[in-house]
Amino acid sequence: MSEILIEHVSKTFLSKDGKVEALKDVNLEIGSGDIYGIIGMSGAGKSTLVRCMNYLEVPSEGRVLIEGKALSDFTEKELRKQRESIGMIFQHFNLLMQKSVIENVCFPLYIQGKKKAEAHKRAEELLEIVGLLEKKSAYPAQLSGGQMQRVAIARALASNPKILLCDEATSALDPQTTSQILALLKKINSEFGITIVIITHQMSVVREICEHVAILKDGVVVEKGAVTDVFLHPQTAVARELIRDDAGSEAEQPMSRIQEEINNGEIIRIVFSENSAFEPVIANLILTFGEPVNILKADTKNVGGVAKGEMILQFKKDNPRTEAMKQYLLDHGLSVGEAPEYYG
Amino acid sequence: MVNTGFLLSVAAQAAPATVGEWWAQYGKMLTDGIWGTIYMTLVSTAIGYLFGLPMGVALTVTDKDGLRPNAVVYKTLDVIANIVRSIPFLILLILLIPFTRALVGRSYGTTAVIVPLTIAAIPFIARMVESSLKEVDAGVIEAARSMGASNWQIITRVLLVEGKTSLIINATIAMGTILGYSAMAGTVGGGGLGDIAVRYGYNRYQYDVMFVTVALLIILFQLFQTYGMMIANHFDRRKGNAMTAVTLVVFIVMTVLIAVCGGIGILSFIKEMFLK
Repeated sequence: MSEILIEHVSKTFLSKDGKVEALKDVNLEIGSGDIYGIIGMSGAGKSTLVRCMNYLEVPSEGRVLIEGKALSDFTEKELRKQRESIGMIFQHFNLLMQKSVIENVCFPLYIQGKKKAEAHKRAEELLEIVGLLEKKSAYPAQLSGGQMQRVAIARALASNPKILLCDEATSALDPQTTSQILALLKKINSEFGITIVIITHQMSVVREICEHVAILKDGVVVEKGAVTDVFLHPQTAVARELIRDDAGSEAEQPMSRIQEEINNGEIIRIVFSENSAFEPVIANLILTFGEPVNILKADTKNVGGVAKGEMILQFKKDNPRTEAMKQYLLDHGLSVGEAPEYYG
Repeated sequence: MVNTGFLLSVAAQAAPATVGEWWAQYGKMLTDGIWGTIYMTLVSTAIGYLFGLPMGVALTVTDKDGLRPNAVVYKTLDVIANIVRSIPFLILLILLIPFTRALVGRSYGTTAVIVPLTIAAIPFIARMVESSLKEVDAGVIEAARSMGASNWQIITRVLLVEGKTSLIINATIAMGTILGYSAMAGTVGGGGLGDIAVRYGYNRYQYDVMFVTVALLIILFQLFQTYGMMIANHFDRRKGNAMTAVTLVVFIVMTVLIAVCGGIGILSFIKEMFLK
């Protein structure tokens, strides 16, 4: 049986400028133990959809069923009880800033009327799981974004939920912290069998942990299915666009001869300044030397009319011409430095 | 010259030559005045919060973006708050004389003045509370809802907790305002330092007494203000403000003083109001 069933859900908001249709006839089936991604641009209705799953937003039309029971049949009190089994985490963590880490994790337990000693015991177990037990007496303001999200996850898990809703949970985090949080979510999913629904605008998040994905555009689900299918055979323009925008795509590529050759080679960071970004320096470098160069990362931005950017390059291992190639880059007005964080 | 006769009688008194003599003449009156002001301020603030806090919570909760929007309740409280706040305190003081007399038995003196002070304070405090609670991050409220919290739990465990710093700062402002109002009440025989300042400074041109009184009012105000900001800052968990030994001592002394004064004040108010 599916854990979450969304049937013909529509949601209309009344605003000063008239009616806004946030969701239009959405149908989704999310299986038990699944990690389900819902992706779309901002304003696509993702957040509204996820809030329909715990009735923080009541759909204008259609039904939401959790384990076969329609949320619309619940009284206000039953609904609050039901919400205890649906954890939720947010983009901005939404922790109580005036309470310590452990008191934040205890919060849902206090809501359920648990005693302090019992709540603390459970909270410590959870902080252990998310790896923040030593921070239990700290206050959220003293934590990093990633740590705050871990506290939020511990808090969401406190009441042993069957479902965890993640509303842009990694959007305020840097890529490395995002990966850590996603790994934690994956661990929670596999260890506790919790169904996870992930709302995001980052395709990389979906690619990294989701099994199924639904693509939302202007309140309509335009495509849904297994992540691998959608990635390999995107049916709609929106899907193709999202996949193309998947920045820093680390999608598996076949190991080529060249890649093997330059694996473990020296890695450097080059920074473009002035007009060098308009000149095909790397292409010229390869043409001049006839040696392969692996581009590990590239990022170019137009800063105040001047193109500036950074690239992480990897040279062939033990190549005697590496030094000459570095000199070539220096001669073309680029700064060359080390990039130790890219090793191993 | 309305007060000529009066002035003559004052002038007939020998002017005190030394500080000791001056204190012998006015000391008792000034200490009584300090106590009167503290008594009025603390008791009015306490009763003001007793009613103003729930009113502020009600305004927040019933507003259209609140936890439980209710246009009728909100509008009613809103209008009441606006009416009371639009009447200048001095006029409210006079307007309420019959009411005060019915309640306390007389319309002058510190206990009587607590009645109009409290009535002026309630809507003021309610507005302060409303603004503090509306500052609370909507995301945290939503998180609490997602965990199945009831509205009551959200009020007691989220709004009042997260709004704490702002509530304390606003309480300090409220107390300062009430202190100012209590001095204004001196013009109609309210008692306290304001009363002394009006009687000696305005009616008798005895500027020495008036200056000392004003200085005492300033000191009292500063003490309340410093103390309030101290609690607000120290208990704001978003900042890591540790107290130094000196501020800790000041804090403890002030807390004990205010608790004792407040306690005695409330007890004597109850005694005067109900056990006369």
